[in-house]
Amino acid sequence: MLTKPADAELIYQRPESLSGVATHYCPGCTHGIAHRLVAEVLDEMGIREKTIGVAPVGCSVFAYKYFFSDYVEAAHGRAPAMATGIKRVLPDRTIYTYQGDGDLASIGMAEIMHAAARGENITVIFINNAIYGMTGGQMAPTTLPGMKTTSSPLGRDVELAGFPIRMAEILANMDGAGYIVRRSLHNPANIRKAKKAIRLAFETQERNLGFSMVELLSSCPTNWKLTPNEALKFVGEHMVPVFPLGDYKVIPEIADLKV
Amino acid sequence: MAKHLLKGNEAFAEAAIRAGCEGFFGYPITPSTEFLEHMAKRMPELGRAFVQAESEVAAINMVYGAACTGKRAMTASSSPGISLMMEGISYIAGTEVPAVIINVMRGGPGLGNIAPSQGDYFQMVKGGGHGDYFPIVLAPASVQEAIDQIGLAFDLADKYRSIVHVIADGNIGQMMEPAELPPMRELRKEPPDWAVTGARGRKPRFLSSIYIDPVDQEVTDIRLLRRWMEIEKHEVRYKEHFMKDAEIAVIGFGTAGRVASSAVNLAREEGIKVGLFRPITLAPFPKKEVETISRQVKRILVVEMNTGMMLEDITNIVQGRVPVEFYGRLGGVTPFPDEILDEIRRVRNNPSDNSKYAREEWLDRLENIIQGGG
Repeated sequence: MLTKPADAELIYQRPESLSGVATHYCPGCTHGIAHRLVAEVLDEMGIREKTIGVAPVGCSVFAYKYFFSDYVEAAHGRAPAMATGIKRVLPDRTIYTYQGDGDLASIGMAEIMHAAARGENITVIFINNAIYGMTGGQMAPTTLPGMKTTSSPLGRDVELAGFPIRMAEILANMDGAGYIVRRSLHNPANIRKAKKAIRLAFETQERNLGFSMVELLSSCPTNWKLTPNEALKFVGEHMVPVFPLGDYKVIPEIADLKV
Repeated sequence: MAKHLLKGNEAFAEAAIRAGCEGFFGYPITPSTEFLEHMAKRMPELGRAFVQAESEVAAINMVYGAACTGKRAMTASSSPGISLMMEGISYIAGTEVPAVIINVMRGGPGLGNIAPSQGDYFQMVKGGGHGDYFPIVLAPASVQEAIDQIGLAFDLADKYRSIVHVIADGNIGQMMEPAELPPMRELRKEPPDWAVTGARGRKPRFLSSIYIDPVDQEVTDIRLLRRWMEIEKHEVRYKEHFMKDAEIAVIGFGTAGRVASSAVNLAREEGIKVGLFRPITLAPFPKKEVETISRQVKRILVVEMNTGMMLEDITNIVQGRVPVEFYGRLGGVTPFPDEILDEIRRVRNNPSDNSKYAREEWLDRLENIIQGGG
């Protein structure tokens, strides 16, 4: 067993907000990074013990196992409604949903739009990897034009299957939203920016400044049929042009906040 | 507290508040909307949660979330809205959290109409959502009974970590009649030991309906079944009227039972030995009591405002010991006491030979009534 030498400084360890259970995510999947960023933020803000997470249906259906905090598991797409129910009866707790693109932008479109419109003081971590991962790689609402999936085997034909949906842009138009940004997890610089955004999203909630969402462009090497490295490159080269990174709505109190 | 003239839906909503409801989530739908409107006014006054959701789908999932915190949470809707809620209802059942759901039933299927009906019997009593679970179902026949049952519904929901449906119909939701509201109960101060509230100073909890290993799901479903069997043992409720010396038993629930009660009174004045058995809990169903009745009376007449759904349960219990006949109006039509009185007379004077199933015989007779403008 490794022991820490007396003069060594501990600079990296598992956040207290992660349970330590080994995840079921595929090699190269960015869910693990997103989980860690959320956990680090909960630790840094010291809010783990008052946080209740809402897991979705999709690849992150087992998120409740990996976080070391209270958790519930929603029906497909309904996480924002479930989070609303919790937040309204426990307004001093921190409530966040963790949702994929099928969950949030397809079956759960009504729930996410109205949670934002009501200005629910909840935080949404939105993993956009342009595909249905758990069911084995079907077309998602965010699948890129021309992208091959098991349900668009010839590539997404926009004439028949429509266009990808840009959720950050849409939700930024909601008066009830306080903080809406898009970040990416395809390289260290972007991961650092993503963490800061997640922090600001939770800060928005802590200040009761309305609905907050961080959209995270993510990779799915297994279903994209790419190596992990190729998949990260794909995010930078093909997803970012369709889903531009940036701040879509940041209310002044948060824009001025130093964290 | 004295009796007041109260409108059904408003009185039900106030009863829920007084029973300690801390979260109401709903969507407008006739004939239950006054419930939501009363909550919209009263819940914020009391500092409790009210949300008009974007749909019934969202509303029930808000109930689900609030219920996971151990607070008393509920919704109220009507038939098509309840259909939309079935997904969430199944999740709530699978997660074993308490919730109270009011269904002010209307005519259907589909968009149907906004008139009173009991056509949701199968959907409500047999489960309605996917998977192996058993909801408790209460059926009030008056505004007062609904008020009382809503308090009971919250208690049963908490006791068994179960869904409790209160199924009224448009008559009871819309009518005004004298009734008495219970006093305001104190809110629960400490959440139950299964609730998610934030893991302050304790190990994290999670609430879900996911059991990915079939063996775990089987164990869970058996736990739900055993709990249900306890409920069947302890929570059966019903009302009897003139049953002691009855030779004919009329069986009906909710509004149909109430109309039948007037018919039974009229028939008694004519000297017909008829009584009324009115199940209060449709689930758990008063099986033993109906079996006892089938050994006591000469004939049973089931009266419903649907195509004979409870009838199937009753013929199952009676097992041919005595002939079972049926009379129903449906699609939003409420029978008059005279219609049922005629049926009671017919059952005494000209009983069916039960050569066909009760539903078929009724249909033959009903066609004459409808063609006659009855």
